[in-house]
Amino acid sequence: MSVSLTLVAVMAVLYASGIYLLLERSMTRVLLGFLLVGNATNLLILIVSGRAGVAPFYGESGPLADPLPQAFVLTSIVITFGVSAFLLALIYRSWRLAHVDDVSDDTEDVEVGRRRASVAAERDVAGDDTEFGTRAAAAVSTALDLAEQERLEEQESVAEQLQAEREAEREGHT
Amino acid sequence: MNILIPLVVLLPLLGSAVALTQAKHPRVQTLIAVSVLSAVLVVGVALLVAVDASGAIAVELGGWKAPFGIVLVVDRLAALLLVVSAAVLLAVLVFSVGQGLADGDRETPVSIYYPTYLILAAGVFNAFVAGDLFNLYVSFEILLVASYVLITVGGTELRIRAGITYIVVSLVSSVIFLAAIAMIYGATGTVNIAQLSVRLAEVPPDVQLILHVMLLVAFGIKAAVFPLSFWLPDSYPTAPAPITAVFAGLLTKVGVYAIMRTEMIIFPGDQLNTPILIVAALTMIVGILGAVAQSDIKRLLSFTLVSHIGYMLFGIGLGTAAGLAAATYYIVHHITVQTTLFLATGLVERQGGTTGINRLGGMLKASPVIAILFFIPMLSLGGIPPFSGFLGKLALFEAGAQDNSVLAWVLIATGALVALLTLYALARAWSMTFWRDADEVAGYEHPLPVLTTVGVSTEVRPVRSIPRIMVGATMAMVALSIALTVFAAPLYDLSSRAGDNITGPEYYITTVFTGESK
Repeated sequence: MSVSLTLVAVMAVLYASGIYLLLERSMTRVLLGFLLVGNATNLLILIVSGRAGVAPFYGESGPLADPLPQAFVLTSIVITFGVSAFLLALIYRSWRLAHVDDVSDDTEDVEVGRRRASVAAERDVAGDDTEFGTRAAAAVSTALDLAEQERLEEQESVAEQLQAEREAEREGHT
Repeated sequence: MNILIPLVVLLPLLGSAVALTQAKHPRVQTLIAVSVLSAVLVVGVALLVAVDASGAIAVELGGWKAPFGIVLVVDRLAALLLVVSAAVLLAVLVFSVGQGLADGDRETPVSIYYPTYLILAAGVFNAFVAGDLFNLYVSFEILLVASYVLITVGGTELRIRAGITYIVVSLVSSVIFLAAIAMIYGATGTVNIAQLSVRLAEVPPDVQLILHVMLLVAFGIKAAVFPLSFWLPDSYPTAPAPITAVFAGLLTKVGVYAIMRTEMIIFPGDQLNTPILIVAALTMIVGILGAVAQSDIKRLLSFTLVSHIGYMLFGIGLGTAAGLAAATYYIVHHITVQTTLFLATGLVERQGGTTGINRLGGMLKASPVIAILFFIPMLSLGGIPPFSGFLGKLALFEAGAQDNSVLAWVLIATGALVALLTLYALARAWSMTFWRDADEVAGYEHPLPVLTTVGVSTEVRPVRSIPRIMVGATMAMVALSIALTVFAAPLYDLSSRAGDNITGPEYYITTVFTGESK
């Protein structure tokens, strides 16, 4: 069986870069890596199916192209397509969750967020290694900030309520 | 009889399509899902009776002759697993119906839950009957894609984080599997499992070894075999209780089943038996040591799941008829018992609001029924006589003793030790959750720190009443696991016959090429 060297080289490059991307932390890069590795595997199936350029299904005297690997490739392309769509939805969802409060209108807040993000990035390697850059990080840190603030406010209101109750009790005694 | 084989895949797929059109009527969807799975259970029992009476059967899809078209094969092993998995899927479905109805369907968006569940079932059943390596790949993809949706159902941040780990690991294993198929096709020119077992013998041994290892790595990731098992305890516990239960019961077993077929039919012979036995011992030990260190019941059970995969590998690695029979019985036992434990944990979570054993207490008084429902499968998993776990382990140890090699004795010792450690880990969880008084919980200084907050519920939710339907489903599963003990003799005979059939590839090959086999 003779195979095209170009196809083998392309497959090797696709596998290498795909695996490199799969090992990244950012989900978008993992998705890209999965696409590359998937296509490399499709190429592998094509390579093992034998010489290219023979008749697809007629010319019974001459050699025929093997239809089975092509069916495999077709199936695996469809599966890769479906899974990538699901992964994209998942990435979008996780981006939405980290991006609950869009406060981009308030320029000062964004600026503060960016400063916080750079501090966070120094602390946490995962923080800066994302396709969304500082925007996502800014959104995250402000979101956390808001949650913190909410909690503080809640505590205050609980304390106020307690005090009010105590005062009411005291008044009742007197 | 042959006409029944495609039904086990067709029914869930069609049922899923119909259920999807009824998105606005959850009751209709429930009805469809329950009736489809009941129908598959009936078909499975019919197939099991027929196959056990008159030998394995195969059907050629679309009338294409065997090595060219797709064949579906049902032998005793496949039929047995079909019946058990259909029963388990049905019980878990009923459990989740109870949970969904009681929660007002907040946690399970019903419009996609039932269709996806049926597709998962179709993938599992298809994997059991596939007689074609590529069809096996497709059925893996069907069940994996369904499981991606189920594990991230609800789309909370925790579940997405856990789901991403699971999905990426599964994707890698799928790519390895597909590349292995491509290379096997390149070496032999076929993907029909029966024909492969003949043609692969003619391939040079070093090429055989590469193909063999690639297949085992791909299936090993799915079955959560030791060096490839670290994804499982991170991703399973975050999903809702019924989903974790069905994943734990079935998905890893599909991987084990594929390993069984690989070892016995595609690559008959003992090329890799020694490495498999070593890996089996490591899986048992490492898994159970992880379980001992856990303070959350769901995570603890996930680690015991990994550990007990080692027992099945032990049976497969022996490669004898006795070993395979024991592994078959053990798979049936483990599917039932592990699922029951996860369902019981679901009840605990509902009643106590958490699955962290440091925060639970006094449950024996609060709900003695749950205590019993957890206690029986716990004893069974730990290998206490007379339960099925004891019988399965005993059969495995007997098969190992027959083998009489040093490695087999090492594995028997490991297996006995791991059974004790399983019992220790589970009994500690049980006594802390159920036996100690509720007022001991507050000032308790736990020796087990909460290792990670990912996948561990940190807040104790208020106690909710438990719907009878959930308790009923769990009771049915416990009854099934007791039935495995009561009817152990006929079941074990059946496992032995199944083990005999797959000890060599000849029986399978005859089935595929003649359509049936005595």
